[in-house]
Amino acid sequence: MAKRIDVSGLTAYYGSHKAIEDISMTVEPRSVTAFIGPSGCGKSTFLRTLNRMHEVTSGGRVEGKVMLDDENLYGSGVDPVSVRRTVGMVFQRPNPFPTMSIFENVAAGLKLNGSYKKSELEGVVEKSLKGANLWNEVKDRLNKPGAGLSGGQQQRLCIARAIAVEPDVLLMDEPCSALDPISTLAIEDLIGELKERFTIVIVTHNMQQAARVSDRTAFFNLAGVGQPGKLIEIDETERIFSNPSVQATEDYISGRFG
Amino acid sequence: MSNAVVDKNVPRHGSSLQQPRLPGWAPYALIVVSLALGAGLGTALGMGNPFQMGLFAALVFIIASYALGAVVEGGRQARNRLATSLVWVCFLLAVVPLLSLIWETVDRGRTVLDGYFLAHSMEGVQTILPGGGAYHAVIGTLEQVGLAALIAVPIGLLTAIYLVEYGRGRLAKAVTFFVDVMTGIPSIVAGLFILSFWIIILGFSYSGFAGAMALAILMMPIVVRSTEEMLKLVPDELREASLALGVPKWRTILKVVLPTAIGGITTGVMLAVARIAGESAPIVLLVFGATGINNNPFEGAQSSLPYYIYEQWQLGNEASFNRAWAAALVLIAFVMILNLVARGIARWKAPKSGR
Repeated sequence: MAKRIDVSGLTAYYGSHKAIEDISMTVEPRSVTAFIGPSGCGKSTFLRTLNRMHEVTSGGRVEGKVMLDDENLYGSGVDPVSVRRTVGMVFQRPNPFPTMSIFENVAAGLKLNGSYKKSELEGVVEKSLKGANLWNEVKDRLNKPGAGLSGGQQQRLCIARAIAVEPDVLLMDEPCSALDPISTLAIEDLIGELKERFTIVIVTHNMQQAARVSDRTAFFNLAGVGQPGKLIEIDETERIFSNPSVQATEDYISGRFG
Repeated sequence: MSNAVVDKNVPRHGSSLQQPRLPGWAPYALIVVSLALGAGLGTALGMGNPFQMGLFAALVFIIASYALGAVVEGGRQARNRLATSLVWVCFLLAVVPLLSLIWETVDRGRTVLDGYFLAHSMEGVQTILPGGGAYHAVIGTLEQVGLAALIAVPIGLLTAIYLVEYGRGRLAKAVTFFVDVMTGIPSIVAGLFILSFWIIILGFSYSGFAGAMALAILMMPIVVRSTEEMLKLVPDELREASLALGVPKWRTILKVVLPTAIGGITTGVMLAVARIAGESAPIVLLVFGATGINNNPFEGAQSSLPYYIYEQWQLGNEASFNRAWAAALVLIAFVMILNLVARGIARWKAPKSGR
């Protein structure tokens, strides 16, 4: 199920503005890779190029290659819709569909794609909610609106919604930045469990979080305002946080940045 | 340091945080006093009608609240009272015409408004005698407005979806521009356009449908504008959430964006219907007006409520005035019911946040 991502020479633009330049890296399957770096360095933009969400923004375009196992996501004839079914995404702010109940939210991916059997739906919803550690909290109110949950529960609902369509890769864009420490812990535990089944990439501003949850860490930086962001280095998390090979990484991690 | 600076500016009344305040009942007392003064002033100056007296009272109220505030409470509170009283007076000025319009219409309209009035036409009724009804006009309005909505709502909805979800560059700008221009088209011009195109050039005859087309022209830009605003209110995060699940764009629009905005869209459509239900100019030109019942909007002259009101008023006698008022009441009630229905739907369909 989980797949390896191999990025080479990837450059992304917003209109004429170059947001990230010439990024190459490998993301291992069944592991957690964390992206860290200052605001505006292109972590989120890079993450969004991994499931072709970047081009949803007006003016967004991408050059380079993203190989998912042996398929290029940007190859000719590749349908972005099927890419997004394979590479799921969880956003910074919890965004459950306000018109739908908890059950419908989790089932949304299957229902909206129209490819499901009614009898399977309940099983999938239960399995996904259990996978997102939310089942016990909501099993008695599956028909209540999803927007009525707390922030942390909503974010786990969004994770359940993302894993319900059984993607190979799960991208998370600062999934805990809007949450309190307890909800954050719940989601970090969840990430630890999910990496058994998925390839996980997480963007975070919280370096302790990167150190806690990830196997490998990538550090992004930009030379100045208006300059494109670049990948400085990617390595085992332990190494990045103890003995990075680039000085800029050490400066950023130890807080001597700028 | 900073304390000293603050102390200099605030007059001391024992404690620097406490200042004299007018009692809570002061504004109400002021209202009573200004009403009395307004009435007195109006009588003294020989301007005895209630509206003039009311204006005097309002003026007295504004000046007195400012002056009283300035004397007792100081500058900032006085300006606050001035703004508050201005807002109240303006609110009343806006509400008075509305209430008096409704009151007048209900008062005069109810004299002949009954089941008989709603169930009979003017066929064979002597116009100077009481009797007759507006059934043919109600039927005409319902059919013409219904047809207009059938034409304008789908086109308007799809245009708005194009503008918000797909429109980029020149075409979208041009469409937006022409929608803005269409919003300003006077109803008589829309009527003349259909008259020259449909009746004179294409050679069709007068019919409810011709009127409905003119009404649709008037309705379309309103539907586009309101739907556009509602769709823009749907957060992009929801679209992205859906796209990231691998849902195609058209399904995202159909299943996520439209349901989220449906309450507002319905309200917009109902307001557009209310707006065209009161149009009389295109009806005069295109539907021609009839005294008898014509259930077929595609053939022959029909009537409609605004046209009926105009026609009855033209006749200029007691009985026809009464009928005109009754029809006006029916029209207002129709629009109001539509509004209530729209609000109901908006509340029913609104995104739920309860637990």
